[in-house]
Amino acid sequence: MLHKRLNSLQLLPKMRLQKLLNIMLVAVLFLGASSLVSNLFIGDVYADSVAQRIQSVGSILLEGEPQPEPVVVEAVETEPAPAPQGAPKLKREDYPRVGASSRSVVWIAAQMHLFFAAFVLAVPLFVLVIEWIGIKYADDRYDDMAHEFMKITMTAYSITALLGGFLAFSLFLLYPQVMEYMMRVFNLQVLVYAGLFFAESALLYIYYYSWDALRYGNKKWLHLTVGLGLNVAGTTLLVVANAWVTFMMAPSGVDATGAVVGNIWEIIKGPLWNPINLHRFIANIAFGGAIVGAYAGYKFLSAKTVEMRAHYDWMGYTANFIAILAFLPLPFAGYWLMAEIYAYSQQMGITAMGGILAWLFIVQAVLIGTILLAGNYYLWAGMSRTEGSKRYAWMIKYIAMVLVACFLVWVTPHTLILSADEIKQLGGSHHKLLGPLGIMPAKNIAVNLMLIFTFLSFQLYRRADKIATVPYANFLNALMVVIYVVAIANVIFAGVYYGYFTNTVYKVGSSVMQVATTLVVIASGIIIDTFLFKKADMIPAVWGRVSNRSQYALFALPIAFTWLMALMGYVRSSVRTHWHVYTVMKDNSPDNFVPSIGYAGNMMTIVTILFLGMVLFIFWIASLSETKQSKPLAQQELEA
Amino acid sequence: MSQEVKKHHQTETDQQALPPSSGVLTKVLGFSVGLTLVFTLVANLLPQVEGEAPVDEVIDLGALTPESFAALGEKLFMGKGTCTLCHKPPPLGRAPDIQGENMVGLAEQRLADERYQGEAETAEAYILESMIEPSIYVVKDWGVAGSDDTVSPMPKVNAAPIELTEVEMNAVIAYLQHKDGNDITVELPTETPAVEEQAPGATGGAPLPAQSAEEAIKKYGCQACHSLLGSSSPVGPTLDDVARRLDRQQIQQSILDPAAVISEGFANMMPTDFAEKMTVNELNMIVDLLAASPADSTDSDSTEADSSETTTATETSNEEVAQ
Repeated sequence: MLHKRLNSLQLLPKMRLQKLLNIMLVAVLFLGASSLVSNLFIGDVYADSVAQRIQSVGSILLEGEPQPEPVVVEAVETEPAPAPQGAPKLKREDYPRVGASSRSVVWIAAQMHLFFAAFVLAVPLFVLVIEWIGIKYADDRYDDMAHEFMKITMTAYSITALLGGFLAFSLFLLYPQVMEYMMRVFNLQVLVYAGLFFAESALLYIYYYSWDALRYGNKKWLHLTVGLGLNVAGTTLLVVANAWVTFMMAPSGVDATGAVVGNIWEIIKGPLWNPINLHRFIANIAFGGAIVGAYAGYKFLSAKTVEMRAHYDWMGYTANFIAILAFLPLPFAGYWLMAEIYAYSQQMGITAMGGILAWLFIVQAVLIGTILLAGNYYLWAGMSRTEGSKRYAWMIKYIAMVLVACFLVWVTPHTLILSADEIKQLGGSHHKLLGPLGIMPAKNIAVNLMLIFTFLSFQLYRRADKIATVPYANFLNALMVVIYVVAIANVIFAGVYYGYFTNTVYKVGSSVMQVATTLVVIASGIIIDTFLFKKADMIPAVWGRVSNRSQYALFALPIAFTWLMALMGYVRSSVRTHWHVYTVMKDNSPDNFVPSIGYAGNMMTIVTILFLGMVLFIFWIASLSETKQSKPLAQQELEA
Repeated sequence: MSQEVKKHHQTETDQQALPPSSGVLTKVLGFSVGLTLVFTLVANLLPQVEGEAPVDEVIDLGALTPESFAALGEKLFMGKGTCTLCHKPPPLGRAPDIQGENMVGLAEQRLADERYQGEAETAEAYILESMIEPSIYVVKDWGVAGSDDTVSPMPKVNAAPIELTEVEMNAVIAYLQHKDGNDITVELPTETPAVEEQAPGATGGAPLPAQSAEEAIKKYGCQACHSLLGSSSPVGPTLDDVARRLDRQQIQQSILDPAAVISEGFANMMPTDFAEKMTVNELNMIVDLLAASPADSTDSDSTEADSSETTTATETSNEEVAQ
């Protein structure tokens, strides 16, 4: 029998035997890992069942002997459950000292990790969409571009992991009690995070390295599925980690002392979790788009051929499109987040918007103004790719004027920085005319108008190479104009009426109306243009025919985005003021104060420049893989 | 997007070489760092303020007066209490402008309001109640949206994250009463914290409160200018027989507000800060001693009257000192 089996085995082709062995090896590894997991995590249950089995075997009775009386074990009074343990109350001397500001070390480590994490989580999201577009339109250029985006991500992924390790070590070294408490609260959830990290790593490498192997036909769909899995793992990773920061801002599932009283879901699903999830998800896409846009801009400027220049012009446009498209709804996600912060704690909301952190929003206005101006400038410059843009050129100066005016309103501070004499001359720190422009209603009007006019720039850019041929073109154009006029009037009316002539509590409500108006403009613009340009005549557009200067807008975007992320992350974290975990665990460390804006700004610049340096390193690594050393002359001659 | 790009993606497909681009990295770096520095500059041009975490402060009960207690309340109101985050003048406020209004007067109106469901009967109790149970009475139009003014957005000030203690809440009440010239009705803290006992020796802080009238007179150096308790000084009027010239209230006024009435033939030299330095007990002891000077001590009726008056004065001492 055995001999027969051996013979049949010998008949198997060598390759099949190899596969069989591989499967057996995987099965053995899987069983080994399963038993390891069982022992580690369900050890008690396993041990009990073993004990019972051994006992039953040991009860041997002789035939005819009466059954022994069952031993009645008196119930042992169980010890009362230990009282839930609250958050530690730390004294200043409890914090380790390392000769440098612990907060600054963690600040840099956390921010660098977050920059890279945002980038590597975002790029696969839009890469998947670009890859799908490539399949749908059977256009390899999309596929190549998506692949190139992923190439940049691969190096960034390794750096993300390294920085994550650095951050974790810094936290455990410098804030051990805080981390001990956080581990106690989140418990096994942190292992889920680690598991997701493994899954994401595996899927990322498979997705990237199988790109060419799974390029056509059904295999391409398999590749897309891997990409989808990668994004599911990445996004889940993001929301799991978000739970930690939102717990620190608005703890849930714990009592007033910080003792855990709820299950893990109650701890995770705090009032700020979903707003942060949405905000970070969208912001990451905008950030990722801006970074790859800078990559394209850099390659455009250093292109050696016209073809390369055209390719990277197109790539830069696509990246900018992604960044601005994701950026447009971001303020609305921000509104939701701030509204939830106010609902959770008005005090926390005002600390951010009207307290010590309020001045930071002037810097935010400068940054977002830079992003919108750079984004608009890039669109205007890009209109030179087609002759059809001349029809709309006259509008650019008016759009620019509105953008600049709104930008100036946005950066107008409510309280002016004045000397004592100037205050005396002015009759107070609030200028009669400029004072009203310094408060939120004016800024809400400004930001919504900037978004509407940015969309107008985008719409003009998209229309530049098209001539509508549908019979109802005039009607749709008129409808679009009416929508713009009504929307602009509504944004101004809602801001002025509710902002200046009603109670303060209605101000937030009015901003919802303004946001809805802006969204209506964007949605109706997309729908109208879809119908308007059905079977449109196309005017040729030449990729690569843009000025070098326009490419600097592609660098302004990621720089401003990076600084903005650092700024808003700082605001989000600082609203906790002197609490590690708000209302539950006090921060008594030497760094428990809110630093000055200048200090915070310097920190943001340090992390931005560090990030910039690392990103350039990534760009260099990405181009290094394309560089091939030419054969030595002697060898070439020999081969010849 | 893709169809039109496919249709009109007209790249100049020939491998036409471009003129070599030089210094791209330098230009890109220069531009990026320059822009970063612009943002840094903006951050550094703005007002530079640090937000300190609340720091424990040891109160010297020996030097505590109603005014200084109210001043402490003002500090808490502006600082640890974070009251001014919301309680601002319109249109900036997210809560009634209690700094701009007479809270004692307002409290009386609100207690009479039919919407009031609390248990307070005095302005002091109402203010305290509104701090620890803000939703008991919500001022019209200041409730949480949709709550029909039944839920207040105000946090309980005795809970985290504000965590005002009973003494601190009393200090805030004292401030709210005192800022509009109302009487301070809250009790001053009387228990000396353990840390405070070590404070004078350890840190060289304020001296402990005097235990007797003689000790208080010595502590404040009255004998440097006045003839009193066997000492002699021509700088100020003698106090040995002051009971013959002034009644209790006038003596007290002379200590707290020396410029109110200047004795003939003497200059206005007496320190004016005893109201801030002197404790209520020290003031009472000194007034008792001076009002019952040896010249009158033989009159038993008078002594009884003084004694009963002293009791009354002690009971209402906070109020008097505030005046």
